[in-house]
Amino acid sequence: MEFQGKMHAENGVATIRLIGEVDSRSAHRLNELIVAAAGRTPRRLVLLAEDLTYLSSAGLRSLVFAHQKMGRDVEIVLVGVRPEVAETIRLTGFDRSIVMQEAVEER
Amino acid sequence: MSVQWMDTVPATAAAQSLSPDSDPCPTGRIAGLDVRAGRPLPFGATRVPGGINFSVYSTGATAVTLVLFRRGAEEPFAELVFPDCYRTGSVYAMTVFGLSADDFEYGYRIDGPWQPERGDRYDSSHILTDPYATALGGRETWGEPDDRKYRYRARVAPDDFDWAGDRPLNLPMQDLVIYEAHVRGFTRHPSSGVHWPGTFAGLAERIPYLVELGVNCVELMPVLEFDENENRPSGLHNYWGYSTVGFFAPKASYAAASRYGRQTDELKNLVKQLHAAGIEVILDVVFNHTAEGDERGPTLSFRGLDNRVYYMLTQDGHYYNFSGTGNTVNCNHPVVLRFVLDCLRYWVSEYHVDGFRFDLAAVLGRDSDGSPLANPPLLETLATDPILMHTKLIAEAWDAGGLYQVGSFPDYCRWSEWNGRYRDAIRRFLKGEPGTVSEMADRIVGSPDMYLRRGPVASVNFVTSHDGFTLHDLVAYNDKHNEANGEHGADGDNANHSWNCGHEGPSADPGVLALRRRQMRNALVLLLTSHGVPMLLAGDEVARTQHGNNNAYCHDSELSWFDWHGLAANADLLRFTRRAIAFRHAHPVLRRRWHASGHAHGALFPDVSWHGVRAWTPDWSAHGRLLAVMFHAESTGAAEGAPDTVYVAANAHWEGHDLELPGLPAHLAWHLFADTHSEPYAAEPGAEPRLGDQERVHIGPRTVLVLVAREPGGS
Repeated sequence: MEFQGKMHAENGVATIRLIGEVDSRSAHRLNELIVAAAGRTPRRLVLLAEDLTYLSSAGLRSLVFAHQKMGRDVEIVLVGVRPEVAETIRLTGFDRSIVMQEAVEER
Repeated sequence: MSVQWMDTVPATAAAQSLSPDSDPCPTGRIAGLDVRAGRPLPFGATRVPGGINFSVYSTGATAVTLVLFRRGAEEPFAELVFPDCYRTGSVYAMTVFGLSADDFEYGYRIDGPWQPERGDRYDSSHILTDPYATALGGRETWGEPDDRKYRYRARVAPDDFDWAGDRPLNLPMQDLVIYEAHVRGFTRHPSSGVHWPGTFAGLAERIPYLVELGVNCVELMPVLEFDENENRPSGLHNYWGYSTVGFFAPKASYAAASRYGRQTDELKNLVKQLHAAGIEVILDVVFNHTAEGDERGPTLSFRGLDNRVYYMLTQDGHYYNFSGTGNTVNCNHPVVLRFVLDCLRYWVSEYHVDGFRFDLAAVLGRDSDGSPLANPPLLETLATDPILMHTKLIAEAWDAGGLYQVGSFPDYCRWSEWNGRYRDAIRRFLKGEPGTVSEMADRIVGSPDMYLRRGPVASVNFVTSHDGFTLHDLVAYNDKHNEANGEHGADGDNANHSWNCGHEGPSADPGVLALRRRQMRNALVLLLTSHGVPMLLAGDEVARTQHGNNNAYCHDSELSWFDWHGLAANADLLRFTRRAIAFRHAHPVLRRRWHASGHAHGALFPDVSWHGVRAWTPDWSAHGRLLAVMFHAESTGAAEGAPDTVYVAANAHWEGHDLELPGLPAHLAWHLFADTHSEPYAAEPGAEPRLGDQERVHIGPRTVLVLVAREPGGS
């Protein structure tokens, strides 16, 4: 399924909903949304991944890009990512840079 | 309240277009792909805006073809012949647009003369891997055979790892305690209890163990991509991996994340986490030969790119074999020299590696015809390179061609050496061989007979390494037992200087077992109180056995893995090792940068002095088997003004002796750190008990005592 992304920002929280596949052909479009989100200078970036069917190495690169684009003070929360992606994030130590949640937590 | 969602821009050509003001645009099409003449530097495949830049060199090629595959595909999707105008000198460079680094694999076909007698072995029927490939596809799963025509498939590694401020630790060489480990073997055993056994991530899970042990440097046996299946017909693995196929690529099957192409990040994360724990990383690198073997071996890369440049050849085109594996890398050829330099620079700058141990490094000092060079360009280049300026360089200063350079390796005041003479001297002394005291004395003070100009830091001291017996087997076997290697005992060293303590192999005799354990403690504490840089073999602290196999390169099994059950079964030896390491860290007098002189220079004692049964009276005779050394420093870097005095007595005699101790001033007293004969064998550093008798101490048979002088009640 082709990638679709949606972003909105309010109250200092930028949210990107990821739908479909993020691969090397679509990753740049996710990056564009991340750039747009960074332009809203949020304190928190939430990536909703429940409807994400596939995240390639290029997609992982987008997450790293998000972290580097947002800066260290912005908390990045990845919600509902598939177990194998979560495992890769842990193996590469990137779990120290973002927060992974199974579902959106109220806060 | 309605929420305004911003949508992604539809995927159009416009969205992927290049910005016109700065980025290069395609100038031609080859094999259906947009291309332009590439940049010759850097070599290899590099991300550039809009695509990938490929650069490869070959001095004798008549044509070069870039072969592109979708990841994992058997057949290429495009073959692009480099137009002649894309060549600069002997470098072929092309930028290919529209390629994503995550999707493709590549190789090269090289056309050129096939004239083996002249050293040329160009053959365009082979697809060659790029020597500069930063990752290789095809070897993600350990032991899984790959029968594809193109096997070691060049890839472009991700380069977005976040180091978060990490850099090499630059610990002083004299402060290192090195721990030599095999990445897979360290956690592959089911007893390791890690989530990802046998991987970089598994090793990272066990960092707390290393911290508790007290080592501050791990030396990883080869982690550059190799093929453990290269001897598949024999049914044995190349478990050690001294047979590199990808000099810029980490071994994919050592990474649980390799199925996402993230093996580079997993290794980087290991380095980063080790650094955070205060532990440096040294890589064991193999530049003396490649996996291509001799003329009967496979053509993977170098042979087809520039056989005559990369390998030492006889005048009629045969391979010199100074490595014992079929070929010898022509390291001092200017082109090969730069390749090695580029490679090491890459591992330091991209992976934050702290140092390298060079396998069969004597080869690196040989000329193209194999003759030893007085001033080898490669070794001088590595010693003086700006990027490598603070990188530890350790030579295994011998090779399989008979060149033995321990003590004489061209060092440029930078290189250290695996001190094979330390190993042999300590082993022979501990066995109780006559005539060994005087050499042992030289070895424990940093081998000034070999390294006076360079200091003890030139001497990496070890009693055991991956190559040879483990410490347990050193005291349990007189002879190697390599039957399982399938060479009828032809492989492995015969000069082990080992002693089985009275029975060959497993024994139930309490006397034999007690003596073995004492001998292990003797070796460990001598190693950890010697001047120079101590190196421990992983597992020796828990009496790891290979059942007498002294060349376990081919065993991927419990024979070679670290058995974590040993932590409980050998808790006393582990505790002893931990305390001996902590004692070393606590006593700068054991970690001298420069050799002791034997003079007092107005201090209470000389910086090193020798003793025997009587203080100040060593027995240097050929039948002597007992020696004591006292190290003293009036003030040390760690605690300015605090004197540091350590007395080590080693008795290889089968009888005990009463030792007269050097007299101390009234405010100091001798305290007992270690007595390998009597429990608890070693005290917690700083909490050593005061000796009741300050004038004499008894040393048991085959025993090492370590005393420290300090004020009673203080530390």
